[in-house]
Amino acid sequence: MKSQSRRDFFKLLGLGGATLLASSVPAMGSEKGGANNEALGMLYDATMCVGCKACMATCKRVNGDYGSLSYERASFDPDGLWDAPQDLSGSTRTLIKLCKESDSRWSYVKYSCMHCQKPSCVSVCPVSAMTKDKVTGVVDYNKDTCIGCRYCQVACSFTIPKFQWEKTLPQIVKCDLCRNTNLREKGITACAEVCPVGAITFGKRKDLLAIAHDRLQDNPGRYIHHVYGEHELGGTNHLYLSALSFEKLGLPTLPDNAPAEFSEKIQHTIYKGFVAPVALYSTLCFIALKNQKGQEKNGHKEDGE
Amino acid sequence: MAGHHDEFIRLEGKIFTKSFFVLLTLVIIGFYYIGVRYVKGIGAVSNMSDGYPWGIWIAYDVATGTAIACGGYAMAILIYIRNHWKFHPLIRSALLTSLFGYCLAGFSVMVDLGRYWNSYGFFMPARWQINSAMFEVALCVMAYSTVLVIEFLPAVLWSLENSRGETLRKVSAWLHPRLVPDEAKLASGLEWVRAAAAWLRPRLDKVLVFFIVLGITLPTMHQSSLGSLLLIAATKLNPLWHTGFLPLLFLINCIYIGYAIVIMESIISSYAFKREIEYNELAGLSRIIPWLTVIWLSVRIGDLVHRGQIVNALKFDFYSCFFLLEFCLVAGGSMILFSRRMRRSPRWLFITATMIILGGGLYRFNVYLIGFNPGQGWHYFPSFAEVMITVGVIALEILGYQVLVKVFPVLPNPHKHGANGHAQEPVGLPPGAVPQGK
Repeated sequence: MKSQSRRDFFKLLGLGGATLLASSVPAMGSEKGGANNEALGMLYDATMCVGCKACMATCKRVNGDYGSLSYERASFDPDGLWDAPQDLSGSTRTLIKLCKESDSRWSYVKYSCMHCQKPSCVSVCPVSAMTKDKVTGVVDYNKDTCIGCRYCQVACSFTIPKFQWEKTLPQIVKCDLCRNTNLREKGITACAEVCPVGAITFGKRKDLLAIAHDRLQDNPGRYIHHVYGEHELGGTNHLYLSALSFEKLGLPTLPDNAPAEFSEKIQHTIYKGFVAPVALYSTLCFIALKNQKGQEKNGHKEDGE
Repeated sequence: MAGHHDEFIRLEGKIFTKSFFVLLTLVIIGFYYIGVRYVKGIGAVSNMSDGYPWGIWIAYDVATGTAIACGGYAMAILIYIRNHWKFHPLIRSALLTSLFGYCLAGFSVMVDLGRYWNSYGFFMPARWQINSAMFEVALCVMAYSTVLVIEFLPAVLWSLENSRGETLRKVSAWLHPRLVPDEAKLASGLEWVRAAAAWLRPRLDKVLVFFIVLGITLPTMHQSSLGSLLLIAATKLNPLWHTGFLPLLFLINCIYIGYAIVIMESIISSYAFKREIEYNELAGLSRIIPWLTVIWLSVRIGDLVHRGQIVNALKFDFYSCFFLLEFCLVAGGSMILFSRRMRRSPRWLFITATMIILGGGLYRFNVYLIGFNPGQGWHYFPSFAEVMITVGVIALEILGYQVLVKVFPVLPNPHKHGANGHAQEPVGLPPGAVPQGK
């Protein structure tokens, strides 16, 4: 009995140590299988969206100054009456598009940053301009450290980060879940706040997943039976429900593992503790010195200073 | 390296030749467009887009350009690590091209960076992001460029030590008398520089080997990381090129390109400057290339077979064609170099070196641009201005080389090693057995 309890005590100690260790590792969702479901996100239900684009207009109004977004003019509109972005761009963080499968079957789709659980853009940014908030899970961009190398654009599987190609002093533009504007002031993203039909639900990822699965269960004929973003690339905080195939909506079919896991594993294996480079340098120094000495003895006595 | 300075000579000749002005024109056009880029933004001169955020400035100037600049790295391995000192006369010209290649790659990066004024962040540890392969590449390339300058410093010091200050005097005679310091001051200043150079050179020679080894370690790190850069693009890079072996493939790739470029450059400068060709050295160098390419091709093919991609490689579609072209150039060039007779012919040496460089360079282009497909209907083909900027940078590189070999002792001294070396010396002589006497 006594020894039993002592063993339990040690077990507890071990467990405590393990959790301590685990928590000291940055909670980037890099722990195997452990998605951070407390993170904030959005659920976009394409079957509810009516394409009014109120989210687009509000996004630009709310984030315009902070993100240095400008209105995009259409060629037929010399008076500048409309904001007419063709795609996500250096001036547009979110966009509604109409996707037609046939003349009678179509769907709207809203594009914006997916706020990945293990974001590639954060993994590749050389100067930590892309960051992922450990608590909220928001993938944010800091233009004051960004060098404009555009590696985040290369890395993102959704091609979400956009660059202001036409500007002399450009920056990267992407959705930051209104972190510095609406979310800070009102606790909700601007697009979710204004959506008149409730197509955009804002909340914690676990709640969004529960809602999504409930909807799938309750309306089996209405949706494709898949929550896009639940497992794609290790999970995203922006989730989608749709009646049309996601490929049709311009959301690529992606594997379940994050590319950043793969690349970081290789990079970390090579540079673990910086042992390999130091070992290489010392070995090469040893060889080169030996060779140089041999060389000087053999043929170059006459060359001394 | 101690006391080897008489292995190298300064090329006598006019600096302002016809080719100088042709190249200068290209440089000026390139810099005009660079000016436009800084005033009106990158979009004003380039066809890059959000789908193809990296164009030829990265794919050529950085990814391929630094591989072509790996001559110094490859030669340092051969001489200092493999202990083949007979190749020592070739090292300075190789180092000079490396120096130019890396500095201009760095320059191109500054043209390409959107928010270049923030790049001081690389020196602020708080901003370091060690998961990023680009962070590693950036720091290593900066460090290596510095090391290259130090490695090239002995040539500069030698010239300072032996200069008579004629140009300086001419300039001062041309200037307005009031702007010129008096003759005595000028002479004493010159004397001081000469003395400082004479003091520094032997001391630098003593510790130079540590920098040379650093100059081997750093490229090993960043050339492999140049491959790692594209590891993240798992969903965009075609499976013919996307593999966990990218770092290894890029590393071997840059070494054989390095040897090929030394051969090519040596033959070209022999023709251009009407000097004797260094047959023995070149034949010896060319013998190494096929062994490296065989390893590289084995990894390449083995990996494709392992991942079940070999069928796609033979489909003869767009991607397969570029893969096959890259494969045939490298494999073809290596096959020819296995023949001893071909290795002795300058013409075939030149052709094979060109094939290897084109094939190896195409591999890098394939990884960075051609095999890269972001989907959603994105397309990329460089604009005229974008190409002219790259051409301007290349022209500046050649121009600088042309001028510097006439200013500093860079090229091999034919009287020192050539007179004895060229005649009948068999390839693969044991190290140190190369006749050195005059």
